[in-house]
Amino acid sequence: MTWSQYLVPLLKGAQITVMISLASIVLGAIIAFVAGIARTSANPVISGIAFTYVVLFRGTPLLVQLFWFYYALPLVGVSFDPITTGIMVLSLLTGAFGAEVVRGALLAVPPQQHEAARALNFSKSYTLWHISMPQAIIEMMPAFGNLAVQNLKDTALVSLISIADLTFQAQSLRNITLDSATVYTLTLLGYFIIALCLMVIMRLIEMKLRRGAAFPRSAHS
Amino acid sequence: MMYGYEWDTTTTLSFALSILPILGIGLLVTLQAAAVGYAIALVLGLVLALLRRSRFKAISWTVACFTEFVRDTPLLVQLFFLYYVLPDFGIILPAFMTGALALGLQYSAYTSEVYRGGINAVPRGQWEAATALNLTRLQTYRDIVVPQMIPRIVPALGNYLVSMLKETPVLSVVTVLDMLGLANMIGERTFDYLVPLSMVGLIFLPMTLICSALIHLVERALPKSGIPLR
Repeated sequence: MTWSQYLVPLLKGAQITVMISLASIVLGAIIAFVAGIARTSANPVISGIAFTYVVLFRGTPLLVQLFWFYYALPLVGVSFDPITTGIMVLSLLTGAFGAEVVRGALLAVPPQQHEAARALNFSKSYTLWHISMPQAIIEMMPAFGNLAVQNLKDTALVSLISIADLTFQAQSLRNITLDSATVYTLTLLGYFIIALCLMVIMRLIEMKLRRGAAFPRSAHS
Repeated sequence: MMYGYEWDTTTTLSFALSILPILGIGLLVTLQAAAVGYAIALVLGLVLALLRRSRFKAISWTVACFTEFVRDTPLLVQLFFLYYVLPDFGIILPAFMTGALALGLQYSAYTSEVYRGGINAVPRGQWEAATALNLTRLQTYRDIVVPQMIPRIVPALGNYLVSMLKETPVLSVVTVLDMLGLANMIGERTFDYLVPLSMVGLIFLPMTLICSALIHLVERALPKSGIPLR
């Protein structure tokens, strides 16, 4: 087998990696917003639940979480297929880290903005979505970009719960060919290229937001 | 047949207690791996950061590319790379050392950025003043740059220590018997994964929380103006 023949299984694996990564980034972002806003809630029950979730997932290793959901949870009668488990755990982890980003950005909005919103008699949800969030979301983007790449790197671990992603394909290729250097170099390059694409996408979203998509000016001026 | 004292493993709690000593041994390995890996990351990161400042474009550019590449590729694949490729070149390390090396390599890419940021944060005027005062390069670094750098880089370096601690379980994949490796082994033998895996999570949680709190304390204790080395 020459190195070009390695590409077929590796590309097949890369597809799975991209799919899992994108799915868990999108789901993770949604969880991040829900948990991040909940963390700033005045209701102690809501903010307490969000706090517990964030601490639990940020404080334990991803691999332990994956194995726990894959090997341990079925013993109490809850089981999912590997792909669902992988996406679920990765989204929950990214969501926990993202929640702190969302919370930090929301808290960084100047207090005068809240005072002005209250003076104008805006409702709480209107203030959040039309005053705080448009300013905060731009501040979140660089951190979200880092989280997206971190998430991509973390997807390599799902190969350990039998998902045929890029790392898994690399492992099986190595076991067949014993040509470790070529296989793993190609795999690392594959991840690097996907990471670069991810960074470009996140940059584009950030630029779009900066150009004012997040500020619905036309609504009021 | 072996005779002797037998652990009572009939209830969940007694089972959890019975495996605690085994996990304790794994915890020691986990901490050792993190310590060795972190030492490598601190030193290698500094070397990378200084090379990045090299006057020779070829060196600084190569180091920049290497750092970016290591930062953006998964630890697990880097670990496999080292574990399977190094022996092909005649370098045979124990799995533990390979693992610690992989951890150190990945985090050296992070720490080098921290050092670089710390050095770059020293205002240009101070470099110029150092030149005007005819300070040597060593004096500039020892008396001007590093004392101001320390309070700036400690929080970031501390955060990477915590995240490295949380990535050590990956080493169990290349047969290092850390906490997760042992928990999996207990799971295989007793068909009960729930208790050992939950225990590992429950041991990690306070560990990372305490580490974060300690770093926060150190961060608070450091004077913002800098620490004189002499």
